[in-house]
Amino acid sequence: MAVFEYAPAPESRSIVDIAPSYGLFVDGEFVDGSGEPMKTVNPATEEVLSEVAVGTEADVDRAVKAARRAFTRVWGPMRPADRGKYLFRIARLLQERAREFAVLESLDNGKPIRESRDVDVPLAAAHFFYHAGWADKLAHAGLGPDPRPLGVAGQVIPWNFPLLMLAWKIAPALATGNTVVLKPAETTPLTALLFAEVCRQADLPPGVVNIVTGAGETGRAVVEHADVDKVAFTGSTEVGRSIARAVAGTRKKLTLELGGKAANIVFDDAPIDQAVEGIVQGIFFNQGHVCCAGSRLLVQENVHDEVIAALQRRIGTLRVGDPLDKNTDIGAINSAEQLARIRELSDVGEAEGATRWQPACELPDRGFWFPPTVFTDVSPAHRIARDEVFGPVLSVLTFRTPDEAVAKANNTTYGLSAGIWSEKGSRILAIADRLRAGVVWANTFNQFDPTSPFGGYKQSGYGREGGRHGLAAYLMGADSE
Amino acid sequence: MISNERLTVRKTYKLYLGGAFPRSESGRTYEVTDARGAFLANAARASRKDARDAVVAARAAFGKWSAATAYNRGQVLYRVAEVMEGRHAQFCEEVAAGEGLSTGRARAAVDAAIDRWVWYAGWTDKLAAVLGSANPVAGPYFDFSLPEPTGVVAVLAPQRSSLLGLVSVLAPVVASGNTAVVVTSHERPLPAVTLGEVLATSDVPGGVVNLLTGDAAELGPWLAEHDDVDAIDLTGAPPERAMEFEREAAGSIKRVLRPPAGGEPDWTADPGLTRMRTFLETKTVWHPKGF
Repeated sequence: MAVFEYAPAPESRSIVDIAPSYGLFVDGEFVDGSGEPMKTVNPATEEVLSEVAVGTEADVDRAVKAARRAFTRVWGPMRPADRGKYLFRIARLLQERAREFAVLESLDNGKPIRESRDVDVPLAAAHFFYHAGWADKLAHAGLGPDPRPLGVAGQVIPWNFPLLMLAWKIAPALATGNTVVLKPAETTPLTALLFAEVCRQADLPPGVVNIVTGAGETGRAVVEHADVDKVAFTGSTEVGRSIARAVAGTRKKLTLELGGKAANIVFDDAPIDQAVEGIVQGIFFNQGHVCCAGSRLLVQENVHDEVIAALQRRIGTLRVGDPLDKNTDIGAINSAEQLARIRELSDVGEAEGATRWQPACELPDRGFWFPPTVFTDVSPAHRIARDEVFGPVLSVLTFRTPDEAVAKANNTTYGLSAGIWSEKGSRILAIADRLRAGVVWANTFNQFDPTSPFGGYKQSGYGREGGRHGLAAYLMGADSE
Repeated sequence: MISNERLTVRKTYKLYLGGAFPRSESGRTYEVTDARGAFLANAARASRKDARDAVVAARAAFGKWSAATAYNRGQVLYRVAEVMEGRHAQFCEEVAAGEGLSTGRARAAVDAAIDRWVWYAGWTDKLAAVLGSANPVAGPYFDFSLPEPTGVVAVLAPQRSSLLGLVSVLAPVVASGNTAVVVTSHERPLPAVTLGEVLATSDVPGGVVNLLTGDAAELGPWLAEHDDVDAIDLTGAPPERAMEFEREAAGSIKRVLRPPAGGEPDWTADPGLTRMRTFLETKTVWHPKGF
């Protein structure tokens, strides 16, 4: 029942200058890759944005050698305060070029400009700013008196928050004195390559940051390279398993940030309108391409109908479409492959007996799109209640007592995040204690901050990113395991 | 000829599982000898089924043990040290026989083991302060991080140091609120069985610690691949099998403590926090601030 129609409010893409092709960033230079180059497309239009080099084992080897050299000769011996200053420079450069990064991210990933502009890019800059300050204070981090860097970190990141995940990986690695070889996701390499340019503008010594683009094989080469001391991976639990197997028996230190199937628990005393905003933020933020997405709504039975009615009303106002439009709430699904998976799991949801609801919404003709979707009548055994969909698909289950809520919330092999909605403080704290999840959002959801440790329990992985805890992943010393 | 000397009552060495002392369900035992090869006892040889039963017991005990107040856990663990002290002579005898140590060196090892247990007992109510944090996020939120136990931890105990080594790997697991399934030293299991008797009389709830005498090479793979085991300490794994166990552990994304490079360490050294950190998760909780 819109009173006024929205006028289009497109962000201009003229601020970005995408080259027709990109090489690998190794030892401070852009170089050709040895593999067959790949194309990266705008998922909202299927337009090819650029052609990007693919790194082979030999390319990865060159990058690791450059990183090792930089570690031994420059970055390792450097005064910690100077390492920090480089990171401060990078943080400032990201802020100066924020709009450019935001537009490029939305083009390559499909996420709404509102999110890339207000979340991804500012948080990425904040991560560098935060970690910059740690560089010369590591002895005070509670990790022993003399924590030392590990050496060369091999890092593999996903496509859902391309620049932000890069920042989560590179900032702590550099602050603790390591050098890095980073492989961006196959479908979203462009902001990482623009970041390489930022490294050059910051005069970061060559080899400290190396960016090797490619697909799974390139990532495998990074993980399995014998001269890598540290492996950090964010992505699916399935790939996480194979990485844990690959590093078994080596001295490589490993951190994994994997999948999730978070419960978002709504008690009957919760302020329903606020909870509905939180539910929407929890599952539709970034098209649901979020490992900590609140994909299982657990709602107390006596308010189920009220919550679902309010939720459907709210979802009806979400705007799905052009990621560069400043009014867009839900952008494009990142790839055809991901869209196929979301469709498949949604079809399974219906086939297994759950009830699908989607608002009336027009989707663009070209590109990869999936409307916001709510499944009710979901049972805990359904695949849409167990498997990570990684899309804008919410499964609704009910509970009667707090004990049942906790049991259902913990009934998953994952343990990354959870949400609690209630006005009662004692209940929130008691439930938070009993949830087996690394991040618990009470009366909020999907909040992130560089000072706040993030990471999973159980099969959602191990190690933390952010805060004092995140530093331990990149240091050795008496107390840094 | 009839001697006037009293004939001693010998102990049957059994498993410690779920707070009870069963034989192996397999009915198997193996001969334990002293360092010179003389017969000491027939120890139970735990089977795959025993290991799985122990995991069930450890899982059942986890809820209460992990939710006990840190002060309570500290007192229970301190009580363990008190009862160990009362068994000092017995531990010395078993350590001396099994490890082939002089009386003086065996006593030093037992002293250190009891003191190590006291050290860990004192950690229970400091961990949250030392490892937790209040996080100054850029927004109107109260945001804090606390350590929480990982869950059920399988421990392949050191093969050489039968009591000090055992305590050094077990105490950090339970002090931080986890429950444990321990495979003891294969050749030197007797002090572990006695420690089980100490635990059973020290207010440690049944199932919190389960001690399996037997062979880490045999039981290691089952524990490494078990989906209800959250973490595994490979300290006592056969060196040539550790990589295989770590690969098995990847199936359920277990936390893995690798065997120390260069073999069994000097257990008398300051242990630091590494072992406790390995078996702790960090939970971060956010709540908005507002009127």
